[in-house]
Amino acid sequence: MKVTLENLTKIFPSRSKKEGKDVVAVNSFNIEIADGQLVGLLGPSGCGKSTMLNLLSGLQKPTSGKILFDDDDVTTLPPENRGVGLVFQSYALYPHLTVRQNITFPLENRKGKDKLTKDEMNAMALEAAKLVQIDNLMDRKPGELSGGQQQRVAIARAIVKKPRILLLDEPLSNLDARLRLQTREEIRRIQRSTGITTVFVTHDQEEAMSISDSIIVMKDGILQQVGKPQEVYDEPVNLFVAKFLGTPPINTFDGFVKDGGLYIGEEKVLDVPHAENCAVTVAVRPEGFEINPHGAFSCHVDRVEVMGRDVSIVSTHECSHNPLVRSIISSENAQEVTGEWVKFDLKKNKTYIFNKETEERIFF
Amino acid sequence: MKNNNLKGWLYLLPAVIFLGVFMVYPLIDVFIYSFEEGYNFASETYSGVGMFNYSYVLRDPYFLQALKNTFILVVITVPASTILALLISVGLSSIEKVKNLFQTVYFLPYVTNTLAVGLVFMILFKQTPYTNGFVNIVLGFFGLSPIDFIGGPYWAKMLVLCLYTIWVVIPFKIIVLTGAIASVNPIYYSAAKVDGTGRWRTFSRITLPMISPTVFYLIITGFIGAFKAYSDAVALFGTDLNASEMNTIVGYIYDMLYGNSGGYPSFASAAAVILFVIVLTITCINLLVSKKHVHY
Repeated sequence: MKVTLENLTKIFPSRSKKEGKDVVAVNSFNIEIADGQLVGLLGPSGCGKSTMLNLLSGLQKPTSGKILFDDDDVTTLPPENRGVGLVFQSYALYPHLTVRQNITFPLENRKGKDKLTKDEMNAMALEAAKLVQIDNLMDRKPGELSGGQQQRVAIARAIVKKPRILLLDEPLSNLDARLRLQTREEIRRIQRSTGITTVFVTHDQEEAMSISDSIIVMKDGILQQVGKPQEVYDEPVNLFVAKFLGTPPINTFDGFVKDGGLYIGEEKVLDVPHAENCAVTVAVRPEGFEINPHGAFSCHVDRVEVMGRDVSIVSTHECSHNPLVRSIISSENAQEVTGEWVKFDLKKNKTYIFNKETEERIFF
Repeated sequence: MKNNNLKGWLYLLPAVIFLGVFMVYPLIDVFIYSFEEGYNFASETYSGVGMFNYSYVLRDPYFLQALKNTFILVVITVPASTILALLISVGLSSIEKVKNLFQTVYFLPYVTNTLAVGLVFMILFKQTPYTNGFVNIVLGFFGLSPIDFIGGPYWAKMLVLCLYTIWVVIPFKIIVLTGAIASVNPIYYSAAKVDGTGRWRTFSRITLPMISPTVFYLIITGFIGAFKAYSDAVALFGTDLNASEMNTIVGYIYDMLYGNSGGYPSFASAAAVILFVIVLTITCINLLVSKKHVHY
C-alpha cells in the first residue's frame, strides 16, 4: 500500500509558559512511499523519527497536514482502524502471556463479524510464527527468550493481523552486533515475503543503507533527502546528509572557490568551472582519495592502519574540521606511503562542496 | 567452615533471642494454655488438661456470633474494598489534573484515628432523641422510614460495620495500587492501542496481570486484617459488643481475658488458636490460588 504524507506537521507545545518554545518534531513533511517498499527513516537522536512513526501509527495526532494510505485519508483515524503493525523498540511483549498468547492478542480484539474462532487464531499465529521462525517457542514466556527471539515474536505479533503497513521503531538497537547483522537480513526477508509496506526508524545509517529500498533522512523535524541508499550516499543535497551517511564518516575541510579553482589552504585541489567564488566547506569521502606523488592535496601522515583488503591512511591537515583525515586506499596502492607527507588527488565524484553559510550543495 | 557456622549463629543471636522471648515463647504458651482447663493467672494453677476449652468455646453462643460476624465482615469487606480500591486507582491513574489533590483526599482516612472516624460514623448513622442521623435524613428524602443503624436490626448494624471497615482500609489499598499501576510501562498500553484493544480488555488482560502481585498482597493482608477486626466494632458499638451482637473473634478473646466476663485465659487461648488455624488455612488457600493467577 502506498503511503502519502502531505505537509505533515507535529508541534509539541512547550511545557512552561514563561520560557521555552514549542518543539516542532515534524515540520511540513511531504513524502510518498511506494507500495511494498522497505523504507528506512534515518536521523540523529531527537530528530523526530519516533514522532513520525507515532503519527503514522495513529498513537499521536498531527498538528496539521494529512496522512493518506493509498487514497484513504487516515489522519484522524484511531490506531486500531488504520491497520498498522507496530514493533516497539523495547518490543513491548506482554510478559505474563506466552508467545502464542502474545501473537494471538491482536486477533482476539476483533469483534462482530470479524471475530475469529480459537482454531483460526491459532492457525494464523502459527503461520506468522513460522514466517519469523519461532514456531518452536510458542509456549514460552517472553522472559525465557533471547533478545533476538523476542524481536521475532514482536514482529510476528505485528504481522499476524495482516497490517497494511508495518512500522518498526529502532528494531535492531537492543541486539548485539552479530545478531544485528542477522536480524536485519531477517527483516528484509520477512518484508519481501509478506510484501507489506514497511517503515523502520533507525539512527544507524549503515543499518538503513544496507536493507532499505529507499531512505528518508531527517534532521530537527525537517526532511533532508529521500532516495535510494546509493543515490543519497553519492549525491547528498547538503552537508548534514553527507556527514550523516557513510562509515568512516566523510572528511570535511574549510576551503574556497576562486576563479574556477577549488582551494583547500594554499593548494588548488580541483577544477570547479561552474562554481562561483565563495567560502565553502569541502567534503571528501574516505574512498575519494587517490595517492599520487604529484597530487594536489598534501596531508601530514599520522599513521597507516592496515585492514587487509584496504589500508586506511590517517593523516592531519590544518584545514580539516576533524582532528584526523581518514582516507581508504586499496592496499596495492598504499606501498608508496613512506615519508612524513602524503600527496593525494581527489576524485571528482567523491568530492562535494557546500555553501559555508547554508550548507547546501554547490554543483560544479 | 565450622567456625563460620558459629559466627553465623552468633550474628543471628540477638534476633533469635528477641523473637524467641517475645514471639515464639508466648505463642507456644498460648497453645499450652488452650489445653489447660481453668488456668488461673494469679495462682498459676489449672484443674486439668484436655479439649474442654475448645469444646466450650465452640459451643459458646457468643463465640459463634463473633465467628459469624467475623466471617461476614471478611467475605464482604475484603473483596469489596479491593475492587473499589482498584476502580478508584484506575480512575485516579487516568486523570491528569488535580490528581494529587484526589490522592490526598483518598488518603485522609488512613491518617485519621479509628475512634475519630467512629465519631464521624456516629454523626452519619446514630439515632438520638434529637435527630435520626444524617443518613436517615437523606433516606427520608426518598420516602424511606428511618432505620436505627447503631442499635437496630442486625443487618443494619452489620452494614454500618462493613461500610466502616471498607472506609478505613481502602486508602492504603488505593495508595499501593496507584503506585503499582503507575509502574506499568506505558508502552504496553501503546501496543494494546495499536492492536485495537478495548478499555476493559486492556484492564483485564494487561493492567490487572501486571499489578497482580500487588493485588495479591493486598488480598492476603486484607484477609488477615479483617480476621483481626476489633477496634472498628468498638468504635461503632462501644465495648459491650456481645450485647449488641457485634462482637468479633478478637473481641471475644479480649472479653475472655479482660472484659466483664473476663478472667478466662484458657478460653481466650483456645479461641486464639482457633483464629490462628482459620487465618492459616485461608492464607494457604490464597497462596495456592495465587500460583495460577499472579504473574511475578
